[in-house]
Amino acid sequence: MSDQPLFSLRNRWFTASVGITVVLAVVSALAGLVILPLAQPDLKLSGIWDAICSAAGVPRASPDTIAQQPDGKLSNVVMTADTLSRGDSVSIGRGATLAQRCAICHGPQGVSDANSPNLAGQFAEVTYKELNDFKTGARVNAVMSPFALTMTDRDMRDLAAYYAYLPRVPSPHVDAKLVAPLIVTIGAPMRNIAPCGSCHGDIDTKPGSPWLGGQSAVYIKAQLQAFASGSRRNDISQQMRNIARNMTAEEIDQAARYYEAQP
Amino acid sequence: MLINKRLILAHFWLAFAAFGLALLLGAWQMFVRSPLNPWHFNPEFYYRSVTAHGSAMGYVFPTLIAMGFGYAISEAALARPLIGRRWAWAGFVLVAVGTVVAMLPVSMGLASVLYTFYPPMIGNPFYYIGVVLVVVGSWIWVALMSINLAAWKRDNPDKPVPLAMFANVAGSYLWGWTAVGAALELLFQIIPVALGWRTTIDAGLARVFFSWTLHAIVYFWLMPTYIAYYTIFPRAIGGRLYSDPMGRIAFILFLVVAMPIGVHHLFADPQVGAGFKFMHSVFTGLVALPTLLTVFTICASAEVASRLHGGRGLFGWVGALPWRNPIMLATALSLVMLGFGGAGGLINMSYQLNAPVHNTQWITGHFHLIFGGAIVIMYFAIAYDLWPHLTGRALDNVRLMRLQLWLWFVGMIVTTFPWHYVGILGMPRRMAYYDYANSALAAQALSVSLSAVGGLILLTSGILFLLVLIRGQRAPRQEAGAYQFAVAVHPPIRLPVALNGFGLWLALMIGLTVVNYGFPIAQLLALPATNVPAVYVGAPR
Repeated sequence: MSDQPLFSLRNRWFTASVGITVVLAVVSALAGLVILPLAQPDLKLSGIWDAICSAAGVPRASPDTIAQQPDGKLSNVVMTADTLSRGDSVSIGRGATLAQRCAICHGPQGVSDANSPNLAGQFAEVTYKELNDFKTGARVNAVMSPFALTMTDRDMRDLAAYYAYLPRVPSPHVDAKLVAPLIVTIGAPMRNIAPCGSCHGDIDTKPGSPWLGGQSAVYIKAQLQAFASGSRRNDISQQMRNIARNMTAEEIDQAARYYEAQP
Repeated sequence: MLINKRLILAHFWLAFAAFGLALLLGAWQMFVRSPLNPWHFNPEFYYRSVTAHGSAMGYVFPTLIAMGFGYAISEAALARPLIGRRWAWAGFVLVAVGTVVAMLPVSMGLASVLYTFYPPMIGNPFYYIGVVLVVVGSWIWVALMSINLAAWKRDNPDKPVPLAMFANVAGSYLWGWTAVGAALELLFQIIPVALGWRTTIDAGLARVFFSWTLHAIVYFWLMPTYIAYYTIFPRAIGGRLYSDPMGRIAFILFLVVAMPIGVHHLFADPQVGAGFKFMHSVFTGLVALPTLLTVFTICASAEVASRLHGGRGLFGWVGALPWRNPIMLATALSLVMLGFGGAGGLINMSYQLNAPVHNTQWITGHFHLIFGGAIVIMYFAIAYDLWPHLTGRALDNVRLMRLQLWLWFVGMIVTTFPWHYVGILGMPRRMAYYDYANSALAAQALSVSLSAVGGLILLTSGILFLLVLIRGQRAPRQEAGAYQFAVAVHPPIRLPVALNGFGLWLALMIGLTVVNYGFPIAQLLALPATNVPAVYVGAPR
């Protein structure tokens, strides 16, 4: 083979290939990082360096704009997978004492026939969030709001830990033969409704989503209707309002009856 | 001169076994999400199947073909036994074990993350570990190809490296470097999260790393096909290769410009700046160059062969080509599919045109046409050509081979053309379920059904292919002679040093990767608070 050194300026293959590559890289960089960004009036760039930073994807401070204010109170609970996942025995004990006030509607063991939510075995972060939202006014209920108003953050955490500690009691409405309706198993993809079961149990559970098994059908139905009408609005990012608005009355009925019949 | 025939055959058989199973899954997927199937299955099975299909077809099948074919080329083109036979077997075992380790969690539904991983979705760690084993096994092959070439060059300082080996080593270097992106993603991003050491992941950075692999891997898949175009096709039709240096330049161009282009897969991703997307788009356009060179050289070689055998006239020589020869047929069908697929690719690589087809079924149609069509049909051709030399038994059922190749071509067209079309209509990809009863989607039902029929045709062809090979293994013994590659019209006697080695081209490849990927990766590494919580797939509920 040729004895000519490869990496040498006298090797035409070396100079030509490196030269062409460098020219291509420089031209494409000039076009992509300088010329094209400057050609876009919407970017409002202050100069070449600004254009380069913008096109290179360097984060820029967003211009000061007045954010639209919500017309109601929003939930201020931040949900992560670890939120309130562990309650200690002191917390549970305090919660048990505090829970005596709740027993008239929610039952002495966290279960009742009053069509109010059964709290026994409910995820702690769910109970905590709802209490917190009642307290801040993100969720409003004539009975619950006054109760929550006087609670401290610790009270709410302790109550949540206590109810999470109580064993779930099989509902008298359990019907193992009831087939899960489509809205629970596959949702309605064309209406942007995820399956109920993907957050509320059966398929998967997500932080902040209540366990619905054994809850009163009347209660579930009332809440879906409240989400749909917008009278309940403490769902973070509107996910339940968007879903409930797109559900048919029949689907609301099916989902409510199905979850009531689950253990 | 093929010596380690068992080694090469083992690679091919494992490759085609994985291909057969994955093809079955593919046909099932086409059917199950089409209107031909009423909705009555767990969508999780679909994603499980897509993960297995993609992993087997994307990682296992072409890697084993490149490895097996690479060993065959090394022995046949350099005319000497493979150096590192034990290492080669070790690499094979790693790929085989990695395949099983990866497929177990997938089949159990613990890693339905699709073969492109899609962080922040995180599956069972064994899936990723299995993929890493496959890649490590293939890196042994990369090293062996380099070592064998170096040893031959040391012993033959004055001879040009045979084109087949030159191209083979180019392919191995391309794979060695392109796999680094996915390896970085797996080792530093995904596996620590999958093992539970971390619970958050920088999904944007992980996707940039994967794009490093994701586009050049296609050219790695393509390499055996192009090697077959240049070094098998002209000989098989009784002609000569039109230009040997042109072949070298095409493979060199792939090596240099296949790498710094992967961000065109991230056109819709926010974590990469628009300027870098543009630069990657420019280099993606350049990859058309080696393909156009190849199409020209191969068509010229066909004309040379035809005229040598009496072909006449401006276009009359086309009819005089040996169309009954399976290699001739496969190459022609492959080039047709490459043409259509390449045209679609020009749309994907352009920032504006990509927007209407991004993440639609158009993309799935596109890469099935290029990979499943143009590339895989030449894998069949390679097997048909090599089999008699590997088994010492003749493959004589040429009619069945032609039928198989035609079925593959027709099946691929029937599958992918409607697939492209529904993509333009806006049908998203990676979904198990489409409600064709909805009036907005009803128009897509016919096209999707056609695609499913195409899938069944492909399955038939795949079964015929395996049948031909199995029958070949049972045919009476017949010595096929030494395995030869095509000779050029003007065989190279002295080559410029640049066309006989890889130093310059590897330097350019790595340099361009740094230019086009360096800043986006460094920036994402430096930015705080870019991690998101991992979404564990298949975790206990």
